[in-house]
Amino acid sequence: MSGTIELLQEALAHAKAENRAALIAYLPAGFPTVDGGIEAVKAAFDGGADIVEVGLPHSDPVLDGPVIQTADDIALKNGVRIADVLRTVREAHAATGKPVLVMTYWNPVDRYGVERFAAELAEAGGAGCILPDLPVEESEGWRKAAEQHGLATVFVVAPSSRDERLARITAAGSGFVYAASLMGVTGTRASVGEQAGELVRRTRATTELPVCVGLGVSNAVQAAEVAAFADGVIVGSAFVKRILDAEGDEAAGLAAVRALAAELAEGVRKRG
Amino acid sequence: MPEKPEFFLPDPEGLTPSAEGYFGAFGGKFIPEALVAAVDEVAAEYEKAKADPAFAAELNELMANYTGRPSALTEVPRFAAEAGGARIFLKREDLNHTGSHKINNVLGQALLTRRMGKTRVIAETGAGQHGVATATACALFGLECTIYMGEVDTKRQALNVARMRILGAEVVSVTSGSRTLKDAINEAFRDWVANVDRTHYLFGTVAGPHPFPALVRDFHRVIGVEARRQLLERTGRLPDAAVACVGGGSNAMGLFHAFLPDAGVRLVGCEPAGHGVETGEHAATLTAGEPGILHGSRSYVLQDDEGQITEPYSISAGLDYPGVGPEHAYLKDTGRAEYRAVTDDAAMQALRLLSRTEGIIPAIESAHALAGALELGRELGPEALLLVNLSGRGDKDMDTAARYFGLYDSEEAGK
Ligand SMILES: Cc1ncc(COP(=O)(O)O)c(C=O)c1O
Repeated sequence: MSGTIELLQEALAHAKAENRAALIAYLPAGFPTVDGGIEAVKAAFDGGADIVEVGLPHSDPVLDGPVIQTADDIALKNGVRIADVLRTVREAHAATGKPVLVMTYWNPVDRYGVERFAAELAEAGGAGCILPDLPVEESEGWRKAAEQHGLATVFVVAPSSRDERLARITAAGSGFVYAASLMGVTGTRASVGEQAGELVRRTRATTELPVCVGLGVSNAVQAAEVAAFADGVIVGSAFVKRILDAEGDEAAGLAAVRALAAELAEGVRKRG
Repeated sequence: MPEKPEFFLPDPEGLTPSAEGYFGAFGGKFIPEALVAAVDEVAAEYEKAKADPAFAAELNELMANYTGRPSALTEVPRFAAEAGGARIFLKREDLNHTGSHKINNVLGQALLTRRMGKTRVIAETGAGQHGVATATACALFGLECTIYMGEVDTKRQALNVARMRILGAEVVSVTSGSRTLKDAINEAFRDWVANVDRTHYLFGTVAGPHPFPALVRDFHRVIGVEARRQLLERTGRLPDAAVACVGGGSNAMGLFHAFLPDAGVRLVGCEPAGHGVETGEHAATLTAGEPGILHGSRSYVLQDDEGQITEPYSISAGLDYPGVGPEHAYLKDTGRAEYRAVTDDAAMQALRLLSRTEGIIPAIESAHALAGALELGRELGPEALLLVNLSGRGDKDMDTAARYFGLYDSEEAGK
């Protein structure tokens, strides 16, 4: 079975046709449990997310702030495995028909086997992968496997990326481009970085791919602000925090995820 | 000795990694896009500095009159009597200012920091020696300084925490993961991503993304270059083996590098076996790890079957790390260097033995190399000549040693 990159492209095109930004939610697999994580992804879709990124929990999440670190720790202590991540993708996609990506640090994929991971992610109905610590220079092997299996390779660009690098990165990527709104790790912020708009503009100058903005967005006002200049709004820590705040009450956590997704879905339709 | 001694000795043999930072299959630059510009800036600035005589002159001056180079080479016959009668010489990096080899790299990178116009320095530390050296250089150059240190290590190396604070550095106790060196590095990377504009990450060992493995090695090459010359002067021959402890691998690479072309010199790295490699409680990365990516480069790492990094253990905070520099991985795979694992107990016995036979108290890290040399001497016999890098002094470890050997008067002694 081939991956569902087309579904991802369609979801982004659909949002564009509606003259709005897409809403992309991030949730780690295995958090708070494997089944609970699957339900959380479904709840995010149910509330209005267009796309979900499923995180592969890692022992050393150097690009994540305390909220996602805590979730990863909980998932790993519960013994989450790559098979559970793939099951999360499979069940969430099967239940909703929506595009589901995996976001992972590179070492787990490297260790699991690039071809094996790509094949199994595609088989689970995944739409692609975001690999935040795999620079474009090291990505050729992965990109070949991803292309062969119908998976998108989403690269991250940062405010510090120079124009010539942006061009090189966006030429290698597919699906969309993940523009980091600020220099920093994941986590909610009081305001979205001022650098985001400029980065989106510079990125657009190099590519036809949709440009989605992540890092720091946590509420409808910020989502609307970002939606004014980006093709998609990516929200992670705010979702994870809702589940953490529910302190083990799974139903309350799911309700909070659904409510946040609904709030953000309204935000991305307001466009500033 | 030449009138103006040279201590900055970037590799003249063309042994640098490839342009992409690879030593064979190991190395590279696995970093988030947000750090690419900063890491490239470090590489570019280092290339410029290498070509600038003023940089070498300033570093040479600091090495001579601040660090106190060249460091002594000391023969230790009473200690060597326990090593099958082999002759053993110690390269005395413990006598450097701040008490370890770490200052060599720190001064070089501190000069680079100033050249790049950055005003703030961050660093990780395990044993606290790299942190102390970094805090020292920041005091000297008037740079703001933040040191990340795992909570386990702030406790077992409390003396060095106090030293860093006296020197004006902020010490952040890291409570994530295993609360040791690996986690301190994670936290330093998180800081760097957020503050990269004005901050240099003064990486403390020959690991991390390119150019750090080569750059840090170059600043430490002086160890082996000096020792090789000193030993030739004193004995008229090269050693049978050059021995060093391996955490991230900087003191070992500094010692080994000058001997790479000397095929007759065995290069022996001593990794921490903790409670024994077979117990799983160790940090013997090259002995028991497998290739993977940690902290920006491909090398050997301690990991599970799905690429999660496993928690290391060693009595030595400076060696308690599940990764190792990529050039060591390359030297292991090519067979040019060999790596053996030394238990906590063997290292502690060697620490006490050197103290009692020679009046030199080594760091627990360095004691792993001493224990390895004792083994090697017994294997090679009385004709053998061994060179051991004494990477640091043991003051910081006296609490651990007192508990280990029951040296406190009160009942608080651990063992
Ligand atoms: C005295 C001493 N030796 C060795 C090490 C290990 O580092 P490396 O393997 O980079 O030399 C340390 C690190 O803290 C140290 O303090």
